[in-house]
Amino acid sequence: VCTSRFWFNYRHVANTLSVYRSVKRLGIPDSHIVLMLADDMACNPRNPKPATVFSHKNMELNVYGDDVEVDYRSYEVTVENFLRVLTGRIPPSTPRSKRLLSDDRSNILIYMTGHGGNGFLKFQDSEEITNVELADAFEQMWQKRRYNELLFIIDTCQGASMYERFYSPNIMALASSQVGEDSLSHQPDLGIGVHLMDRYTFYVLEFLEEIHPASQTNMNDLFQVCPKSLCVSTPGHRTDLFQRDPQNVLITDFFGSVRKVEITTEAISLDRDLAGFEREFPEDELATEPLKYAEQLPVAQIIHQKPKQKDWHPPGGFILGLWALIIMVFFKTYGIKHMKHVF
Amino acid sequence: CSCPRQVRLVVPIAVAFSPGSVPADLPRPLPFRDEQEMEITVNLRTSVTSHYEVVYRGTTAQEEAALAAATAREADAALHPLQDVSMGSLTMYVVPETSSLLPQGISVYVGKHRSALVRAGGSLAALQARLQQVTQLMSFTATSMAAALSDRVPDGRLSPDARRSLKSSLGYEITFSLLNPDPKSHAVDWDIEGAVNCYVKPVLDKLSLLANFSVDSQILYYAVLGVTPRYDKESSSFLLSTHSLPHVINPVEARLGSSAASLYPVLNFLLYVPERSHSPLYIQDKDGAPVSTNAFHSPRWGGIMVYNVEASASPQASLPLHVDVDMARVMEVFLAQLRLLFGLSRDELPAEFLLESPGNEGLADWELDHLLWAHTVENIATVSTTLTSLAQLLDKIGNIVIKDDVASEVYRAVASVQSAVAQLGKGHLHLAFQASKEAVTSSERAFFDPSLLHLLYFPDDQKFAIYIPLFLPMAVPILLSLAKIVRETRQRKKEPTKMD
Repeated sequence: VCTSRFWFNYRHVANTLSVYRSVKRLGIPDSHIVLMLADDMACNPRNPKPATVFSHKNMELNVYGDDVEVDYRSYEVTVENFLRVLTGRIPPSTPRSKRLLSDDRSNILIYMTGHGGNGFLKFQDSEEITNVELADAFEQMWQKRRYNELLFIIDTCQGASMYERFYSPNIMALASSQVGEDSLSHQPDLGIGVHLMDRYTFYVLEFLEEIHPASQTNMNDLFQVCPKSLCVSTPGHRTDLFQRDPQNVLITDFFGSVRKVEITTEAISLDRDLAGFEREFPEDELATEPLKYAEQLPVAQIIHQKPKQKDWHPPGGFILGLWALIIMVFFKTYGIKHMKHVF
Repeated sequence: CSCPRQVRLVVPIAVAFSPGSVPADLPRPLPFRDEQEMEITVNLRTSVTSHYEVVYRGTTAQEEAALAAATAREADAALHPLQDVSMGSLTMYVVPETSSLLPQGISVYVGKHRSALVRAGGSLAALQARLQQVTQLMSFTATSMAAALSDRVPDGRLSPDARRSLKSSLGYEITFSLLNPDPKSHAVDWDIEGAVNCYVKPVLDKLSLLANFSVDSQILYYAVLGVTPRYDKESSSFLLSTHSLPHVINPVEARLGSSAASLYPVLNFLLYVPERSHSPLYIQDKDGAPVSTNAFHSPRWGGIMVYNVEASASPQASLPLHVDVDMARVMEVFLAQLRLLFGLSRDELPAEFLLESPGNEGLADWELDHLLWAHTVENIATVSTTLTSLAQLLDKIGNIVIKDDVASEVYRAVASVQSAVAQLGKGHLHLAFQASKEAVTSSERAFFDPSLLHLLYFPDDQKFAIYIPLFLPMAVPILLSLAKIVRETRQRKKEPTKMD
């Protein structure tokens, strides 16, 4: 989830898209990813390289690419929609790609970035989500067993305040800075004119570049990413609600998708004669009329149209008010006896 | 919530003794009733009580005539019309120890419907032990109950069967996909419609009591597996080892288009025809031997089968080769995987048990009962958790408005779940299952109603921050005027005493 919009928050969109790319590279398909972005960077008029979002300076890596699937874009990224996705209280007309169809065996990774403060996260400059609401949403998910384990990563200022209030089991949380500290951005690019990435996410991504679908790296390594010397802020983490030891939790448990498979050792036996099986031979293609497009736009009618008669409207309020003012001023100055000359 | 913590599952059983098989130590003369109770504890707070109501009787003349058949299978077919066909009930026929109806070494034969033939074992106690085993096999066991209530059991203690089975749902969507990565070499033709109508439909018709099924199919070209198979010189074939199988599914899943399907859980069955350069392709099990079915499955997802095309006899055969897929062989594997995905496995059986193969129907009646027991219990557990957590939510956030239809769904869910538990207590499995399905539908609808969103948390400091700037300036003149009035009244009271 990227909770910011506007050009100067380019780095938040780049953060989110970079994490999205890593997660796809490690095997999670788009049908299992809900991406919420304001999506106003690639086609922004201030973007000197349209249709791209870069995450490294000197424009090394275009994270926008051609196969980004944004599920909630622009003004759809609201606190309400975010909470609806988490808790599942979605209107029935919502398509499958916009839903979180997890069950009690799913591990969920939630990555949020944007501007935040002590106990809240700002959504699109107009509303906020508090840490209590987030904790309640996770509890609702737990009650309905919508997750097996949940990893929550947040890259904002004072990010650690967002995970202080969690109380549901099986949640592990990581934040880029403690309460009272700001998370800082990393690289400005002089060609584009804005900062391209935040520090914490930059180093997390460097770490993730080493991971491949079969790697055995565990969570303790992720906790060591971006120490204070590199990040300036102090990253924090919370594991008291998590039942397993972080040493035994693989990175690919959350960032990748390694399924459990079993060999099918036996097949059943079907009685072929019993099934009234008749092989249908494909019929020869019948010759049909050549297909053509239906008339979409009656071009002939439009070209030869006469201009429409506009209906007459009485003068609007502004003009009336202006004339009333002029008349009042006139009579105030010269006295009311002149009125009989008007009427 | 008045949902009972204890659920009683009643199984009506009839034990019919054929002449010559009655044990000597019966407590009372036939026919008589007996009841046995057993408690299955799932965790500290949840337990399920199984209650077996057994009627011991002698066989009727028609049953004896049926039991005089030559093989157990014929006897089973002949006994079927004479049985009580209500779901959940079981009939067991005890044959004499020396009877030739059951093959040598086999003491229990379980038929396709809801009956079993048991060899008498001498004493009543030995017979009852055997009957207990058969009953548990044909209805439910402690493991299957733990699997149904799997969200209350810590993951480490579940058996592989339990972890594999699908969650109970109102419907399932089955998708058959043909993956052809090399259309230049193979022009693959599969008559999926015919195969679905002939082989899959009978199975789904039998399962239609459990849920709604919808079937679709697609063909994907240039879809490759994410893993490169290894060439094995000895068998001159390509091999996929077991530990590379988990990485096969993800690259393919992105192209399956499952996001366009309905909201029901999707089961994918993929048939992969390897490229000409990687043919023939075999899957290795962990001992290194090729798997006979050449297929593997992933719990709660589906299965993949590799279909090898025979290399053409003449090397100058024109490409692309036309391939006609043998749908019967493919469907045998897919339907076996479907059974496993639903949790029906016939693996851990004692050696003296013989199970009749269900044939084209795919599953026996008692296996359907097995699923119904598990799903009914799972539904009841889900409903009670959902309603409890809904009540807790509404307690916690006092100012959520509950619409009338949400309230009526909740009442309906409570009434249905109470009816389901009552029917289970009477042994009517079919009615209990229908009631539990209604209960789940109503409770999910109530819980996931879009109007119950709780965007209503206002921390105290925000409340002060909003109201003080509004009310303080307004309050200042009011308070000062009040103070003035009070002061004036007090002065007026004092003045009469001053003035004379």
